[in-house]
Amino acid sequence: MVQDPRLPEKLSWETFSTGLWKENPVFVMLLGLCPVLAVTNTAMNSLAMGLATTFVLLCSGVLVSLLRKVIPKQVRIASYIIIIATFVTITDYAIKAISLDLYKALGAFIQLIVVNCVILGRAEAYASKNPVVNAFVNALGMGLGFTFALLCLGVVREVLGSGSLFGFDLFGPAFQPWVVFVLPPGGFFVLAFWLFIFSVFRKRKERAQSNKEEVANAA
Amino acid sequence: MQPDSLTFIFLNAFLINNFVLAMFLGICPFMGVSGKIKTAWNMGLAVIFVMVVSSVCAYGINAILVRFDLEFLRLISYIAVIASAVQLVEMTIKKVSPALFRTLGIFLPLITTNCAILGLALFQTNRSYDFIQCLSFSLGAGAGFTLALVLMAGLREKLELADVPDVSTGAAMSLMLGGMLSLAFMGFAGLGG
Repeated sequence: MVQDPRLPEKLSWETFSTGLWKENPVFVMLLGLCPVLAVTNTAMNSLAMGLATTFVLLCSGVLVSLLRKVIPKQVRIASYIIIIATFVTITDYAIKAISLDLYKALGAFIQLIVVNCVILGRAEAYASKNPVVNAFVNALGMGLGFTFALLCLGVVREVLGSGSLFGFDLFGPAFQPWVVFVLPPGGFFVLAFWLFIFSVFRKRKERAQSNKEEVANAA
Repeated sequence: MQPDSLTFIFLNAFLINNFVLAMFLGICPFMGVSGKIKTAWNMGLAVIFVMVVSSVCAYGINAILVRFDLEFLRLISYIAVIASAVQLVEMTIKKVSPALFRTLGIFLPLITTNCAILGLALFQTNRSYDFIQCLSFSLGAGAGFTLALVLMAGLREKLELADVPDVSTGAAMSLMLGGMLSLAFMGFAGLGG
Protein backbone atom coordinates (compact mmCIF):
# COMPACT_ATOMS: atom_id res chain seq x y z
CA MET A 1 0.00 0.00 0.00
CA VAL A 2 1.38 3.40 -1.00
CA GLN A 3 0.87 6.16 1.56
CA ASP A 4 1.44 9.73 0.46
CA PRO A 5 2.89 11.54 3.52
CA ARG A 6 1.65 15.00 2.52
CA LEU A 7 -2.01 14.04 2.79
CA PRO A 8 -4.16 13.59 5.91
CA GLU A 9 -3.91 10.35 7.86
CA LYS A 10 -7.13 8.74 6.69
CA LEU A 11 -6.44 9.28 3.03
CA SER A 12 -4.77 6.26 1.54
CA TRP A 13 -4.08 4.78 -1.86
CA GLU A 14 -7.24 2.76 -1.27
CA THR A 15 -9.34 5.94 -1.45
CA PHE A 16 -8.23 6.34 -5.03
CA SER A 17 -7.83 2.77 -6.22
CA THR A 18 -11.11 1.39 -4.91
CA GLY A 19 -13.04 3.01 -7.76
CA LEU A 20 -10.57 1.85 -10.36
CA TRP A 21 -10.80 -1.84 -9.68
CA LYS A 22 -12.24 -3.25 -6.46
CA GLU A 23 -15.48 -1.29 -6.62
CA ASN A 24 -15.44 -0.42 -10.29
CA PRO A 25 -18.81 1.29 -10.81
CA VAL A 26 -19.59 -0.58 -14.02
CA PHE A 27 -18.03 -4.02 -13.80
CA VAL A 28 -18.53 -4.64 -10.09
CA MET A 29 -21.38 -2.44 -8.89
CA LEU A 30 -23.34 -2.40 -12.18
CA LEU A 31 -24.22 1.27 -11.77
CA GLY A 32 -24.83 3.80 -14.51
CA LEU A 33 -25.32 1.21 -17.20
CA CYS A 34 -27.38 3.39 -19.53
CA PRO A 35 -24.51 5.54 -20.88
CA VAL A 36 -22.19 2.52 -20.74
CA LEU A 37 -24.33 0.75 -23.29
CA ALA A 38 -25.58 3.71 -25.27
CA VAL A 39 -22.56 5.82 -26.22
CA THR A 40 -19.79 3.22 -26.47
CA ASN A 41 -20.16 2.55 -30.19
CA THR A 42 -16.81 4.23 -30.85
CA ALA A 43 -13.75 4.59 -28.64
CA MET A 44 -13.77 8.38 -29.03
CA ASN A 45 -17.35 8.71 -27.80
CA SER A 46 -16.55 6.46 -24.85
CA LEU A 47 -13.55 8.56 -23.88
CA ALA A 48 -15.50 11.82 -24.15
CA MET A 49 -18.42 10.46 -22.14
CA GLY A 50 -16.08 9.05 -19.49
CA LEU A 51 -14.24 12.35 -19.11
CA ALA A 52 -17.47 14.34 -18.97
CA THR A 53 -18.80 12.06 -16.24
CA THR A 54 -15.49 12.29 -14.37
CA PHE A 55 -15.66 16.09 -14.49
CA VAL A 56 -19.19 16.15 -13.08
CA LEU A 57 -18.24 13.54 -10.48
CA LEU A 58 -15.24 15.60 -9.34
CA CYS A 59 -17.00 18.97 -9.19
CA SER A 60 -20.15 17.70 -7.51
CA GLY A 61 -18.09 15.59 -5.08
CA VAL A 62 -16.05 18.61 -4.01
CA LEU A 63 -19.07 20.89 -3.67
CA VAL A 64 -21.14 18.33 -1.78
CA SER A 65 -18.20 17.73 0.53
CA LEU A 66 -17.76 21.48 1.12
CA LEU A 67 -21.45 21.95 1.87
CA ARG A 68 -21.86 18.76 3.86
CA LYS A 69 -22.37 20.61 7.16
CA VAL A 70 -24.71 23.21 5.62
CA ILE A 71 -27.21 21.02 3.78
CA PRO A 72 -30.05 19.84 6.05
CA LYS A 73 -30.44 16.10 6.14
CA GLN A 74 -34.08 16.08 5.01
CA VAL A 75 -33.48 17.82 1.68
CA ARG A 76 -30.05 16.42 0.92
CA ILE A 77 -30.99 14.28 -2.09
CA ALA A 78 -32.77 17.18 -3.76
CA SER A 79 -29.79 19.46 -3.07
CA TYR A 80 -27.35 16.93 -4.49
CA ILE A 81 -29.42 16.60 -7.64
CA ILE A 82 -29.49 20.38 -8.11
CA ILE A 83 -25.70 20.55 -7.63
CA ILE A 84 -25.17 17.73 -10.12
CA ALA A 85 -27.60 19.26 -12.62
CA THR A 86 -25.69 22.55 -12.47
CA PHE A 87 -22.39 20.93 -13.39
CA VAL A 88 -24.04 18.82 -16.08
CA THR A 89 -25.44 21.98 -17.67
CA ILE A 90 -21.91 23.47 -17.65
CA THR A 91 -20.50 20.32 -19.26
CA ASP A 92 -23.28 20.28 -21.82
CA TYR A 93 -22.57 23.84 -22.96
CA ALA A 94 -18.79 23.29 -22.85
CA ILE A 95 -18.95 20.23 -25.11
CA LYS A 96 -21.24 22.07 -27.50
CA ALA A 97 -18.67 24.88 -27.69
CA ILE A 98 -15.64 22.59 -28.08
CA SER A 99 -16.88 20.09 -30.63
CA LEU A 100 -20.27 20.13 -32.29
CA ASP A 101 -19.70 16.71 -33.89
CA LEU A 102 -19.09 15.13 -30.52
CA TYR A 103 -22.12 16.90 -29.11
CA LYS A 104 -24.29 15.45 -31.87
CA ALA A 105 -22.85 11.96 -31.40
CA LEU A 106 -23.48 11.92 -27.65
CA GLY A 107 -26.86 13.60 -27.99
CA ALA A 108 -29.12 13.69 -24.95
CA PHE A 109 -26.78 11.41 -23.06
CA ILE A 110 -24.66 14.33 -21.86
CA GLN A 111 -27.69 15.77 -20.12
CA LEU A 112 -28.64 12.35 -18.87
CA ILE A 113 -25.46 12.32 -16.75
CA VAL A 114 -27.76 13.92 -14.14
CA VAL A 115 -29.51 10.64 -13.50
CA ASN A 116 -26.34 8.55 -13.58
CA CYS A 117 -26.59 6.68 -10.29
CA VAL A 118 -22.79 6.56 -9.89
CA ILE A 119 -22.68 10.29 -9.22
CA LEU A 120 -25.58 10.48 -6.81
CA GLY A 121 -24.35 7.31 -5.16
CA ARG A 122 -20.89 8.82 -4.56
CA ALA A 123 -22.38 12.08 -3.28
CA GLU A 124 -24.58 10.24 -0.81
CA ALA A 125 -22.22 7.47 0.25
CA TYR A 126 -18.85 9.22 0.24
CA ALA A 127 -18.66 12.97 -0.42
CA SER A 128 -21.31 13.85 2.16
CA LYS A 129 -19.28 12.21 4.93
CA ASN A 130 -15.67 13.01 4.10
CA PRO A 131 -13.37 16.03 3.84
CA VAL A 132 -12.82 17.73 0.50
CA VAL A 133 -9.45 16.15 -0.35
CA ASN A 134 -10.74 12.64 0.24
CA ALA A 135 -13.87 13.32 -1.77
CA PHE A 136 -11.76 14.68 -4.63
CA VAL A 137 -9.41 11.70 -4.68
CA ASN A 138 -12.23 9.19 -4.40
CA ALA A 139 -14.24 10.87 -7.16
CA LEU A 140 -11.14 10.89 -9.38
CA GLY A 141 -10.69 7.15 -8.86
CA MET A 142 -14.35 6.42 -9.53
CA GLY A 143 -14.38 8.64 -12.61
CA LEU A 144 -11.27 7.00 -14.05
CA GLY A 145 -12.72 3.57 -13.27
CA PHE A 146 -15.88 4.55 -15.13
CA THR A 147 -13.87 5.90 -18.08
CA PHE A 148 -11.80 2.72 -18.13
CA ALA A 149 -14.95 0.59 -18.28
CA LEU A 150 -16.41 2.73 -21.06
CA LEU A 151 -13.17 2.40 -23.03
CA CYS A 152 -13.16 -1.38 -22.53
CA LEU A 153 -16.51 -1.51 -24.29
CA GLY A 154 -15.83 1.23 -26.81
CA VAL A 155 -12.57 -0.25 -28.08
CA VAL A 156 -14.03 -3.73 -28.59
CA ARG A 157 -17.15 -2.39 -30.27
CA GLU A 158 -15.30 -0.05 -32.61
CA VAL A 159 -12.65 -2.57 -33.62
CA LEU A 160 -15.18 -5.31 -34.37
CA GLY A 161 -18.01 -3.12 -35.61
CA SER A 162 -16.20 -0.68 -37.88
CA GLY A 163 -12.66 -2.08 -38.12
CA SER A 164 -11.04 1.06 -36.76
CA LEU A 165 -9.77 2.51 -33.50
CA PHE A 166 -10.22 6.19 -32.57
CA GLY A 167 -11.15 6.69 -36.22
CA PHE A 168 -7.98 5.13 -37.68
CA ASP A 169 -8.50 2.25 -40.06
CA LEU A 170 -6.96 -0.94 -38.67
CA PHE A 171 -7.54 -3.74 -41.14
CA GLY A 172 -7.64 -2.08 -44.55
CA PRO A 173 -10.46 -2.20 -47.09
CA ALA A 174 -10.73 -6.01 -47.17
CA PHE A 175 -12.22 -6.09 -43.66
CA GLN A 176 -15.91 -6.88 -43.50
CA PRO A 177 -17.20 -4.96 -40.45
CA TRP A 178 -19.26 -6.90 -37.92
CA VAL A 179 -21.98 -4.27 -37.91
CA VAL A 180 -24.05 -5.71 -35.08
CA PHE A 181 -21.43 -4.53 -32.59
CA VAL A 182 -22.03 -0.84 -33.25
CA LEU A 183 -25.79 -1.38 -33.11
CA PRO A 184 -27.69 -1.57 -29.79
CA PRO A 185 -27.48 -5.38 -29.30
CA GLY A 186 -23.67 -5.17 -29.52
CA GLY A 187 -23.61 -3.04 -26.38
CA PHE A 188 -25.41 -5.74 -24.42
CA PHE A 189 -23.24 -8.52 -25.84
CA VAL A 190 -19.89 -6.80 -25.22
CA LEU A 191 -20.78 -5.85 -21.65
CA ALA A 192 -22.01 -9.41 -21.00
CA PHE A 193 -18.72 -10.69 -22.44
CA TRP A 194 -16.65 -8.52 -20.09
CA LEU A 195 -18.75 -9.60 -17.12
CA PHE A 196 -18.19 -13.25 -18.09
CA ILE A 197 -14.43 -12.70 -18.11
CA PHE A 198 -14.45 -10.95 -14.73
CA SER A 199 -16.68 -13.64 -13.30
CA VAL A 200 -14.29 -16.37 -14.48
CA PHE A 201 -11.37 -14.59 -12.83
CA ARG A 202 -13.28 -14.05 -9.60
CA LYS A 203 -14.37 -17.68 -9.41
CA ARG A 204 -10.80 -18.84 -10.05
CA LYS A 205 -9.50 -16.57 -7.29
CA GLU A 206 -12.15 -17.80 -4.86
CA ARG A 207 -11.27 -21.39 -5.65
CA ALA A 208 -7.56 -20.73 -5.14
CA GLN A 209 -8.35 -19.09 -1.81
CA SER A 210 -10.48 -21.97 -0.56
CA ASN A 211 -7.86 -24.48 -1.73
CA LYS A 212 -5.21 -22.62 0.23
CA GLU A 213 -7.41 -22.61 3.32
CA GLU A 214 -8.01 -26.35 2.96
CA VAL A 215 -4.28 -26.97 2.74
CA ALA A 216 -3.70 -24.81 5.78
CA ASN A 217 -6.43 -26.64 7.69
CA ALA A 218 -5.03 -30.04 6.74
CA ALA A 219 -1.58 -29.05 7.88
CA MET B 1 -46.75 6.74 -42.65
CA GLN B 2 -46.10 10.42 -41.98
CA PRO B 3 -43.09 10.82 -39.66
CA ASP B 4 -44.99 13.28 -37.45
CA SER B 5 -48.33 11.46 -37.38
CA LEU B 6 -49.54 10.37 -33.97
CA THR B 7 -49.57 6.67 -34.83
CA PHE B 8 -46.01 6.81 -36.07
CA ILE B 9 -44.76 8.63 -32.97
CA PHE B 10 -46.46 6.04 -30.80
CA LEU B 11 -45.11 3.05 -32.75
CA ASN B 12 -41.68 4.62 -32.98
CA ALA B 13 -41.38 4.94 -29.21
CA PHE B 14 -43.14 1.63 -28.57
CA LEU B 15 -41.30 -0.74 -30.93
CA ILE B 16 -38.86 0.77 -33.42
CA ASN B 17 -36.83 2.91 -31.04
CA ASN B 18 -37.82 1.10 -27.88
CA PHE B 19 -36.53 3.11 -24.92
CA VAL B 20 -34.92 0.16 -23.20
CA LEU B 21 -33.74 -2.05 -26.02
CA ALA B 22 -32.69 0.48 -28.65
CA MET B 23 -31.91 3.66 -26.71
CA PHE B 24 -30.68 2.13 -23.44
CA LEU B 25 -32.77 4.28 -21.15
CA GLY B 26 -33.94 2.77 -17.89
CA ILE B 27 -31.50 -0.13 -17.87
CA CYS B 28 -31.31 -0.15 -14.05
CA PRO B 29 -34.96 -1.17 -13.47
CA PHE B 30 -34.71 -3.40 -16.55
CA MET B 31 -31.98 -5.38 -14.78
CA GLY B 32 -33.25 -4.80 -11.24
CA VAL B 33 -36.98 -5.50 -11.18
CA SER B 34 -37.38 -7.94 -14.05
CA GLY B 35 -37.21 -11.02 -11.84
CA LYS B 36 -40.96 -11.73 -11.80
CA ILE B 37 -43.63 -10.98 -14.38
CA LYS B 38 -46.00 -9.60 -11.72
CA THR B 39 -43.58 -6.97 -10.37
CA ALA B 40 -42.38 -6.10 -13.86
CA TRP B 41 -45.96 -5.42 -14.87
CA ASN B 42 -46.62 -3.18 -11.85
CA MET B 43 -43.40 -1.28 -12.41
CA GLY B 44 -44.35 -0.78 -16.05
CA LEU B 45 -47.75 0.65 -15.14
CA ALA B 46 -46.22 3.06 -12.64
CA VAL B 47 -43.70 4.22 -15.24
CA ILE B 48 -46.40 4.82 -17.88
CA PHE B 49 -48.29 6.92 -15.37
CA VAL B 50 -45.30 9.02 -14.33
CA MET B 51 -44.18 9.39 -17.94
CA VAL B 52 -47.49 10.89 -19.02
CA VAL B 53 -47.62 13.25 -16.03
CA SER B 54 -44.03 14.44 -16.35
CA SER B 55 -44.27 14.74 -20.12
CA VAL B 56 -47.21 17.13 -19.72
CA CYS B 57 -45.38 19.08 -16.99
CA ALA B 58 -42.17 19.25 -19.03
CA TYR B 59 -44.12 20.58 -21.99
CA GLY B 60 -45.56 23.39 -19.86
CA ILE B 61 -42.23 24.20 -18.21
CA ASN B 62 -40.44 24.34 -21.54
CA ALA B 63 -43.03 26.74 -22.96
CA ILE B 64 -42.47 29.07 -19.99
CA LEU B 65 -38.66 28.82 -20.15
CA VAL B 66 -38.55 29.51 -23.89
CA ARG B 67 -40.80 32.53 -23.41
CA PHE B 68 -38.45 34.08 -20.85
CA ASP B 69 -35.23 32.99 -22.65
CA LEU B 70 -34.11 30.76 -19.80
CA GLU B 71 -33.29 27.58 -21.71
CA PHE B 72 -30.13 26.96 -19.69
CA LEU B 73 -32.34 26.20 -16.68
CA ARG B 74 -34.11 23.44 -18.59
CA LEU B 75 -32.25 20.48 -17.13
CA ILE B 76 -32.54 21.64 -13.53
CA SER B 77 -36.24 22.42 -13.87
CA TYR B 78 -36.97 19.10 -15.57
CA ILE B 79 -35.34 17.08 -12.84
CA ALA B 80 -37.16 19.08 -10.18
CA VAL B 81 -40.46 18.63 -12.02
CA ILE B 82 -39.98 14.88 -12.34
CA ALA B 83 -39.14 14.52 -8.66
CA SER B 84 -42.25 16.47 -7.68
CA ALA B 85 -44.41 14.64 -10.23
CA VAL B 86 -43.38 11.33 -8.72
CA GLN B 87 -44.18 12.63 -5.26
CA LEU B 88 -47.54 13.93 -6.45
CA VAL B 89 -48.41 10.68 -8.19
CA GLU B 90 -47.47 8.79 -5.06
CA MET B 91 -49.76 10.93 -2.88
CA THR B 92 -52.65 10.77 -5.36
CA ILE B 93 -52.51 7.02 -5.68
CA LYS B 94 -52.31 6.64 -1.93
CA LYS B 95 -55.47 8.74 -1.56
CA VAL B 96 -57.46 7.37 -4.48
CA SER B 97 -56.55 3.69 -4.40
CA PRO B 98 -54.68 2.33 -1.38
CA ALA B 99 -54.74 -1.15 -2.93
CA LEU B 100 -52.80 -0.02 -6.00
CA PHE B 101 -50.45 1.94 -3.75
CA ARG B 102 -49.59 -1.20 -1.83
CA THR B 103 -48.92 -3.19 -5.03
CA LEU B 104 -46.58 -0.55 -6.42
CA GLY B 105 -44.81 -0.06 -3.11
CA ILE B 106 -41.16 0.94 -3.28
CA PHE B 107 -41.16 1.19 -7.07
CA LEU B 108 -42.90 4.55 -7.12
CA PRO B 109 -40.18 6.67 -5.46
CA LEU B 110 -37.49 4.78 -7.38
CA ILE B 111 -38.90 6.04 -10.66
CA THR B 112 -37.36 9.48 -9.99
CA THR B 113 -33.90 8.16 -10.79
CA ASN B 114 -35.08 6.36 -13.91
CA CYS B 115 -33.32 7.93 -16.85
CA ALA B 116 -36.13 6.93 -19.20
CA ILE B 117 -38.32 9.67 -17.71
CA LEU B 118 -35.75 12.45 -18.04
CA GLY B 119 -34.81 11.08 -21.48
CA LEU B 120 -38.44 11.34 -22.55
CA ALA B 121 -38.66 14.97 -21.43
CA LEU B 122 -35.40 15.85 -23.21
CA PHE B 123 -36.28 14.05 -26.45
CA GLN B 124 -39.71 15.62 -26.75
CA THR B 125 -38.06 19.05 -26.33
CA ASN B 126 -35.31 18.31 -28.85
CA ARG B 127 -37.82 17.12 -31.42
CA SER B 128 -40.17 20.04 -30.61
CA TYR B 129 -43.32 17.94 -30.41
CA ASP B 130 -46.64 19.73 -29.82
CA PHE B 131 -48.87 18.86 -26.89
CA ILE B 132 -50.82 15.97 -28.46
CA GLN B 133 -47.64 14.51 -29.95
CA CYS B 134 -46.05 14.63 -26.50
CA LEU B 135 -48.93 12.59 -25.09
CA SER B 136 -48.65 10.00 -27.85
CA PHE B 137 -44.87 9.87 -27.42
CA SER B 138 -45.03 9.37 -23.66
CA LEU B 139 -47.72 6.67 -23.94
CA GLY B 140 -45.67 4.85 -26.56
CA ALA B 141 -42.47 5.11 -24.58
CA GLY B 142 -44.19 3.88 -21.41
CA ALA B 143 -45.82 0.99 -23.23
CA GLY B 144 -42.48 0.08 -24.81
CA PHE B 145 -40.79 0.12 -21.43
CA THR B 146 -43.49 -2.14 -19.97
CA LEU B 147 -43.27 -4.52 -22.93
CA ALA B 148 -39.48 -4.84 -22.61
CA LEU B 149 -39.68 -5.34 -18.86
CA VAL B 150 -42.42 -8.00 -19.03
CA LEU B 151 -40.68 -9.90 -21.86
CA MET B 152 -37.44 -9.87 -19.92
CA ALA B 153 -39.19 -11.06 -16.74
CA GLY B 154 -40.76 -13.92 -18.68
CA LEU B 155 -37.36 -14.98 -20.01
CA ARG B 156 -35.77 -14.77 -16.59
CA GLU B 157 -38.51 -16.84 -14.97
CA LYS B 158 -37.75 -19.58 -17.50
CA LEU B 159 -34.03 -19.14 -16.95
CA GLU B 160 -34.42 -19.96 -13.26
CA LEU B 161 -35.07 -23.55 -14.27
CA ALA B 162 -32.30 -23.76 -16.86
CA ASP B 163 -28.96 -25.30 -16.10
CA VAL B 164 -26.38 -22.66 -17.10
CA PRO B 165 -22.62 -22.78 -16.41
CA ASP B 166 -21.57 -21.52 -13.02
CA VAL B 167 -19.72 -18.40 -14.21
CA SER B 168 -22.50 -17.14 -16.43
CA THR B 169 -25.19 -16.72 -13.80
CA GLY B 170 -26.44 -13.31 -12.70
CA ALA B 171 -25.90 -10.04 -14.50
CA ALA B 172 -23.90 -11.40 -17.42
CA MET B 173 -26.68 -13.82 -18.39
CA SER B 174 -29.34 -11.10 -18.05
CA LEU B 175 -27.33 -8.83 -20.34
CA MET B 176 -26.99 -11.64 -22.88
CA LEU B 177 -30.79 -12.03 -22.83
CA GLY B 178 -31.17 -8.28 -23.17
CA GLY B 179 -28.91 -8.36 -26.22
CA MET B 180 -30.99 -11.06 -27.85
CA LEU B 181 -34.23 -9.18 -27.14
CA SER B 182 -32.65 -6.07 -28.59
CA LEU B 183 -31.60 -8.02 -31.68
CA ALA B 184 -35.18 -9.20 -32.08
CA PHE B 185 -36.51 -5.66 -31.72
CA MET B 186 -34.23 -4.48 -34.52
CA GLY B 187 -36.57 -6.39 -36.79
CA PHE B 188 -39.15 -3.66 -36.24
CA ALA B 189 -36.87 -1.11 -37.89
CA GLY B 190 -38.64 -1.44 -41.23
CA LEU B 191 -42.06 -0.87 -39.68
CA GLY B 192 -42.17 2.86 -40.36
CA GLY B 193 -41.69 2.26 -44.07
